[in-house]
Amino acid sequence: MAQVKYVSASRVYAKGAPPAVDALDLDIEDGEFMVLVGPSGSGKTTALRMLAGLEPLDGGSVEIGDRDVTFVPPKDRDIAMVFQNYALYPQKTVAENMGFALKMQRVPREQRDRRVREAARLLDLDDQLLERKPKQLSGGQRQRVAMGRAIVREPKVFLMDEPLSNLDAKLRVQTRGQIAELQRRLGITTVYVTHDQVEAMTMGHRVAVLRDGQLQQCATPRQLYDNPVNEFVAGFIGSPAMNLQTVPLTDGGARLAGATLPLPAAVRAAASTAGLSELVIGIRPEHLHLANGSGELGGEVMLVEELGADSLLHVRLAESGNAVVARAEGRKPPIPGQKVTFHVQLEDIFAFHPGTGARLAG
Amino acid sequence: MTALPLRPGHSGRPRPQRLREMSGRAGWGIVAWVVAIAFFLPVLWMVITAFKPESAAETWPPQFIFKPTLSEFRLVFSGMGPFLTHSVVATVGSTILVVLLSVPAAYALSVHPVKHWRDGLFFFISTKMLPIVAAIGPLYVIALHLHLLDSIWLLIILYTAMNLPLAIWMIRSFMLEVPRELLEAARLDGAGRIREITGVILPIISPGLVSTALICVIFAWNELFLALNLTVTNAATMPMYLISSVPQEGLYIAHLSAAATIASVPVILVGWIAQRSLVRGLSMGAIK
Repeated sequence: MAQVKYVSASRVYAKGAPPAVDALDLDIEDGEFMVLVGPSGSGKTTALRMLAGLEPLDGGSVEIGDRDVTFVPPKDRDIAMVFQNYALYPQKTVAENMGFALKMQRVPREQRDRRVREAARLLDLDDQLLERKPKQLSGGQRQRVAMGRAIVREPKVFLMDEPLSNLDAKLRVQTRGQIAELQRRLGITTVYVTHDQVEAMTMGHRVAVLRDGQLQQCATPRQLYDNPVNEFVAGFIGSPAMNLQTVPLTDGGARLAGATLPLPAAVRAAASTAGLSELVIGIRPEHLHLANGSGELGGEVMLVEELGADSLLHVRLAESGNAVVARAEGRKPPIPGQKVTFHVQLEDIFAFHPGTGARLAG
Repeated sequence: MTALPLRPGHSGRPRPQRLREMSGRAGWGIVAWVVAIAFFLPVLWMVITAFKPESAAETWPPQFIFKPTLSEFRLVFSGMGPFLTHSVVATVGSTILVVLLSVPAAYALSVHPVKHWRDGLFFFISTKMLPIVAAIGPLYVIALHLHLLDSIWLLIILYTAMNLPLAIWMIRSFMLEVPRELLEAARLDGAGRIREITGVILPIISPGLVSTALICVIFAWNELFLALNLTVTNAATMPMYLISSVPQEGLYIAHLSAAATIASVPVILVGWIAQRSLVRGLSMGAIK
């Protein structure tokens, strides 16, 4: 049980290269499930490895439970890590794999066996699996053994580096829920790295979005979705992604698809203060409401993706010809080639600075 | 041929091209067989001759029908004892030393590279570039002063030095194949350096380790030059016995063949085992 703290932690791989992690400040509370998410090269895995002690820091510090562990070797940090490829010892049985850390801590054999068995039960691993080698297990079983190896240690912090990326889609969704549930039950502080924003949103108590080694925003999934601080977070979180369009400013609002889209007063004020002649507006697919010809935004349906419960309309907007995606009801979606119009509510429009990407009047 | 059109892969291809392909493949097959037989024939000749009486061994044209005899083998065995013992001691002793020394050396050059590991690696292999003839003089003088001439210890030391560079290079390449995450997992689990080697790395690279050891065994067993120049009787090895079984006059081909056959058996055996484990060792990267 411990909180984790990054204090302007930096990591530079090569001299002169931009830092892989750039002065990261992050507080993770005791028992929290924190997800680090970002595209590849964003520094999320490096940040995790810095916490594990597998990557030295070039600046700043890392704390676990009020103790500065910046220069503490990995084994003395009281952490357990689940690797992307599980990193199970191929020559050891499942039980030996799970008990290895305890053996290193000179935990007596009976106690070790008991704890391995407990962890196995927790993960629905049959007793007979315990005597098998990793090679004889399925991908899902290996994943659970890797989890078990972490649980057996009863560490202060769990570190997980894309532990679901080697599973097939169905198993991934299932395991996602199991891990989140297990974490809640054990109450152990967890730092979880993924590039999959759906995973991040569904599992994390809070999500830290990284890009180019810099923390963009750290908030609950709901806050990230409803209140992104910049264009990057807005575009990264949510599937399908938010429709982002660079549009010229007019007196009444922003010009899009041959119509003037009214903007909130605060946005207009912020834009004029910044002296902008255009800005980036963002509208989530579900906020483009089909309006039967009476909407402000017109366009032509190019493609319809049926998802069952709803369908995604790929629409080419009138005049500008830009493509947007709209979420529509699943039953009777428009057909390709059909002209449609959308209505957008004022409060559903996000506006961003076209140069810096920062949110205008958020 | 009537079935051919049913196979879609074949029916579409023009006939001459297929013929060319087939004859090409057959051509290479023949070349391979010729080369293989050319390599194997002398060995076969040696084994056959070993079972001939001396009188039948040197006839021309060679006799293929003869009464096989073990008399030459008996003769060889009677004088072989000390030579065999020396060879076994020098080979096994040096191979054990090589493995013991090369594992930590390879570790320091791969998993946790020391400073200037590149130079170290090059230094090891560069020792193999010097012709051994150039070193024999100094070696003789040093051995003389250390009172190690004609001693089995000298051969153990020299064979260890001879095989060490190759062993380090081989084991290093096997160690590089061990997934990094495994070593990191071991570090997180609290394994120290020694545990990391014995508990994680060695079990994984064991096929590679075995093949390296077997290759060292072969090289040490076959070594003649150093043994010939630095030993006389107290440490003379099997290759020297082969030479000594050539008398100054008279017939000796059958005797020599019998001795050579016996000397070859361990190497062929080891080579055969090494070949299998070498393939396993080299395909080690397939662990996941």
